[in-house]
Amino acid sequence: MTIAAGRHSLHPRTILTLAATLWPALAWAHTEEGRAAGFLAGLHHPISGLDHVLAMVSVGMWGAQLGAPAVWLLPVTFPMVMAFGGMLGLMGVPLPGVEVGIALSGILLGLAVLSEWRPPLWSAAVIVGFFAIFHGHAHGTELPVGASGLLYSIGFVMATGTLHAIGIGIGVIHRWGWGRVALRAAGALVASAGAYFLWRAFA
Amino acid sequence: MKALLSRIVLCVTVVLLLPATSHAHLMTTGLGPFYDGVSHFALTPEDLLPALALALLAGQRGSRAGRLALFALPMAWLLGGLVGLAFPAISDAPALTAVSFLALGGLVAAEARLRPEWVTGLAVAFGLVHGYLNGSAMSQAKLGALGLVGIVSTLFVTFALAAAMVVAIRVPWGRIAVRVAGSWIAAVGLLLLGWSLRGA
Repeated sequence: MTIAAGRHSLHPRTILTLAATLWPALAWAHTEEGRAAGFLAGLHHPISGLDHVLAMVSVGMWGAQLGAPAVWLLPVTFPMVMAFGGMLGLMGVPLPGVEVGIALSGILLGLAVLSEWRPPLWSAAVIVGFFAIFHGHAHGTELPVGASGLLYSIGFVMATGTLHAIGIGIGVIHRWGWGRVALRAAGALVASAGAYFLWRAFA
Repeated sequence: MKALLSRIVLCVTVVLLLPATSHAHLMTTGLGPFYDGVSHFALTPEDLLPALALALLAGQRGSRAGRLALFALPMAWLLGGLVGLAFPAISDAPALTAVSFLALGGLVAAEARLRPEWVTGLAVAFGLVHGYLNGSAMSQAKLGALGLVGIVSTLFVTFALAAAMVVAIRVPWGRIAVRVAGSWIAAVGLLLLGWSLRGA
């Protein structure tokens, strides 16, 4: 028996052969697709918003101004508390006024650098930790769909920590007179940017 | 003759194009199960990072803690892996992995003053759990005990290098860098916990 189609005909054996050739078999391989994308997405996310970048760098600069042990306590505290905020965001726990909190963090941290504010160590850690929750929550709720959770998290934490390290590196200029002035000017810049972000959050 | 030749060509084409079922799970290097195990450990942050955190913790607590954990961890991992190979049930437990990250990274960040025996106990518990998960996964991938030996060998070398490096640190900023690394691992654990609770 043949299936006629004008001058051409398809033999059942040909049809079976084609079916066998083109039939997709089950593939259970774990191809690890999306893992690199997850890491790169995580690495990129903290540096994708200027409000986050300025706040992270300010934490490092403020820590450098305060000196030891704040210079290492703040970068140790911030990622953990920020990750806690990220966890809340991932779980869908609502946090009101996230954008306002992020903008306020820019203002307060900028003013702290500008005025070389020296609160007690625990107080500085609480301030930084409080704002870290807002930053983490924003990151947690803005995760890309389908990204590898673990690699995204690794990239995210690495990028945040690197921004702190950059802030501490900039803060090294605090040991020179001109550096102290430059650092305070940078604080003023961050506070101004924070005010702009606050205005935009309410707009 | 011509018909026979065309049939042979057709059959060869079918065989070449037929997609086969693939059951691969772990990294395959093409160099055999031992190197598959080596590459699996080196390329799997779920195992590598908490093992590194444990090595940092052992190094922080001195050379005795480092030496005890150096042998306790691979032995426990091997034992857990053999159990996993024999009785595979769970090969992936994101919440448990997250807790490993969080607990070990948190202890490093806090520079917890644990006695060497406690560090060894942690190494045994961690090794049994992660070894079992590895063994279950390897059983499904049919890599067998040789793959497990590859994992444990890499674990031993990695742990020895990391712990020894921390024990040898003399400069204050070096110890701070270790604590920062611990806080990063703990932070990853918190995020991973959020991912697993979210069900992603």
